Amino acid sequence: MARKLLLTHIDIPGINTFEVYRQKGGYRAVEKALKTLTPDDVLEEVKKSGLRGRGGAGFPTGMKWSFLAKPEGIPRYLVCNGDESEPGTFKDRYLMTHIPHALIEGMIVSSYALGANTSYIYVRGEMMPQIRILEKAIAEAKHAGFLGKNILGSGFDLELFVQPGGGAYICGEETALLESLEGKRGNPRIKPPFPAVSGLYNCPTVVNNVESIAAVVPIINDGGEEYAKIGVERSTGTKLISAGGNVKNPGVYEIELGLSVEEFLYSDEYCGGIANGKRLKAVVAGGSSVPILPANLILKTLKGESRLMTYESLADGGFQSGTMLGSGGFIAFDEDQCIVRNTWNFTRFYHHESCGQCSPCREGTGWMEKVLHKIEHGHGSFSDIDLLVNVAKNIEGNTICPLGDAAAWPVASAIRHFRDEFEWHVTNGAEARQRNYGLANYADPLEPVV
Amino acid sequence: MLSVKHNESVTFTEDMLGKFAEIVRRYPEGRQKSALLPLLHEVQAEFGWLSVSAMDKVAEYLHLDPIEVYEVATFYTMFFLQPKGRFNLEVCRTGPCCLVGAERIMTHLEEKLGVKEGEVTADGLFSWRGVECLAACGYGPVLQIGPEYTFYENLTAEGVDELINELRKKAEGAKLDADS
Ligand SMILES: Cc1cc2nc3c(=O)[nH]c(=O)nc-3n(C[C@H](O)[C@H](O)[C@H](O)COP(=O)(O)O)c2cc1C
Ligand code: SF4
Repeated sequence: MARKLLLTHIDIPGINTFEVYRQKGGYRAVEKALKTLTPDDVLEEVKKSGLRGRGGAGFPTGMKWSFLAKPEGIPRYLVCNGDESEPGTFKDRYLMTHIPHALIEGMIVSSYALGANTSYIYVRGEMMPQIRILEKAIAEAKHAGFLGKNILGSGFDLELFVQPGGGAYICGEETALLESLEGKRGNPRIKPPFPAVSGLYNCPTVVNNVESIAAVVPIINDGGEEYAKIGVERSTGTKLISAGGNVKNPGVYEIELGLSVEEFLYSDEYCGGIANGKRLKAVVAGGSSVPILPANLILKTLKGESRLMTYESLADGGFQSGTMLGSGGFIAFDEDQCIVRNTWNFTRFYHHESCGQCSPCREGTGWMEKVLHKIEHGHGSFSDIDLLVNVAKNIEGNTICPLGDAAAWPVASAIRHFRDEFEWHVTNGAEARQRNYGLANYADPLEPVV
Repeated sequence: MLSVKHNESVTFTEDMLGKFAEIVRRYPEGRQKSALLPLLHEVQAEFGWLSVSAMDKVAEYLHLDPIEVYEVATFYTMFFLQPKGRFNLEVCRTGPCCLVGAERIMTHLEEKLGVKEGEVTADGLFSWRGVECLAACGYGPVLQIGPEYTFYENLTAEGVDELINELRKKAEGAKLDADS
């Protein structure tokens, strides 16, 4: 059995309540940190753990924390990013729904390490039920003396609040999130200054993903070194993976980083293979923003090595033949799915969600959406395919925030790996208008199960 | 877009004002603008949508210029600047849900309710629209209904029919209660 650190007690009835969570050893990390460790000791453990941000970018959490400016007399903030809107990703919803206290506990320990006395959890507005769950958990923790003034007699004060978003993917980007938390439109800020220097209300701020914050709890309980023993290379610890699309057993799984993609996809402990006895065609491994890979390249790297669920292995081959772990949104496509249609769908998403500040992103995403719509509906030409590559290239790297790149990569990678499917839509326009799927000749080499 | 075609003057109840005050206390002195999104959610939950006069009152309450409220209300997809159906069904239309049949669910809804996306049924009960990824890709197709944002997962056409019947009954029950 793989080790679990976040979802250990997920099946225990009532684990969403303070009482049961506490019985199962909850809030031990708060006691340990506040009673026996200095804030810098906590930071040191997080550094040693090798934890990397679980929101998508994979930036080392300890390093991020150490950049936080600490000028005298100015408050510092910790803001948790629970905006979770990256297509394919639904792990934070799962965690907040079932083990809300893991997040609250992580927030207390992390706020202590950073010296934040007011912290916010920003949750996308559509997750109103989860917002209520967190508010209840906060009230319980406060009642038990784990929040408020002079927590456990340590002299450390903390107030924790939940802030609802308003329905905008861009508010997951950390500076857009801060704008939104200040009551404004979610337009990302130009960096620098980075939030570590000037974030919420122009004060030094750390923004971390829900899962990153929750991971601080086992790191403090067991020690950073213990955490770092799990995993390979610079991918340490466990990771929540959201498995969706055409897998047999969709859901949220906690894996030890380093598990092979093949085992994750085919073993019954995880996805259980492809649904309805169909074959695998492609995978988007880390949320809609990362490059899509055909079946053969997701299972093995170009060098023929078995691909692992790690930051490094998934990125092996760069953009030519690799992808990224991203937020861990693992979407499998069966042999009947149309890559062109999905690319059009994703591009429509990015166009819809672009905040509109930068012309390459605002205009480019709309342009790509139109061209993809044309190709998908059988009215495209060969030059349209090259046009898409060109537009994607001109968006990439030319925008204020990474949403532009996130919109460009799915298009560029889909054409790179599935060009003949795009061409088929051009040469078989009439058929493309009638049926919804593309060519099936990318399916993995396994025999279809009958 | 802001609509002045429909408008509706509103009064904030004592309950609402109490809630507003509690929300404003979450932020540092002088940062009450941070309360804007939570307040707009409260107002919309109460009245079903955000009329211009409702937004103006929120502006007044938070000491903001009305434009500061309009620009926020027009940016975020969850805020309705026109009346919608009493039950507004929002179906996820993004990639992963489409892999498991979300498009068929939307077509079915359109036929069943007899209204296009964004329109309201003649009895005022229903409207529907496609929305972007709801972070529930493993349970697709999914739909949500505000203001509580109740979630319905693994949808089938039959399941949608049942849901609509249930909601209709609920509305009729409420009407009977109100009449008696
Ligand atoms: C368009 C866009 C959307 C994002 N959405 C999210 C999100 O929903 N949740 C999240 O944690 N991070 C999201 N991020 C990443 C954040 O900007 C930020 O890197 C992250 O919250 C930092 O936390 P971490 O270091 O713990 O991962 C997004 C980034 C971009 C560019
Ligand atoms: S890249 Fe797109 S989403 Fe990001 S700031 Fe520019 S326009 Fe807005």
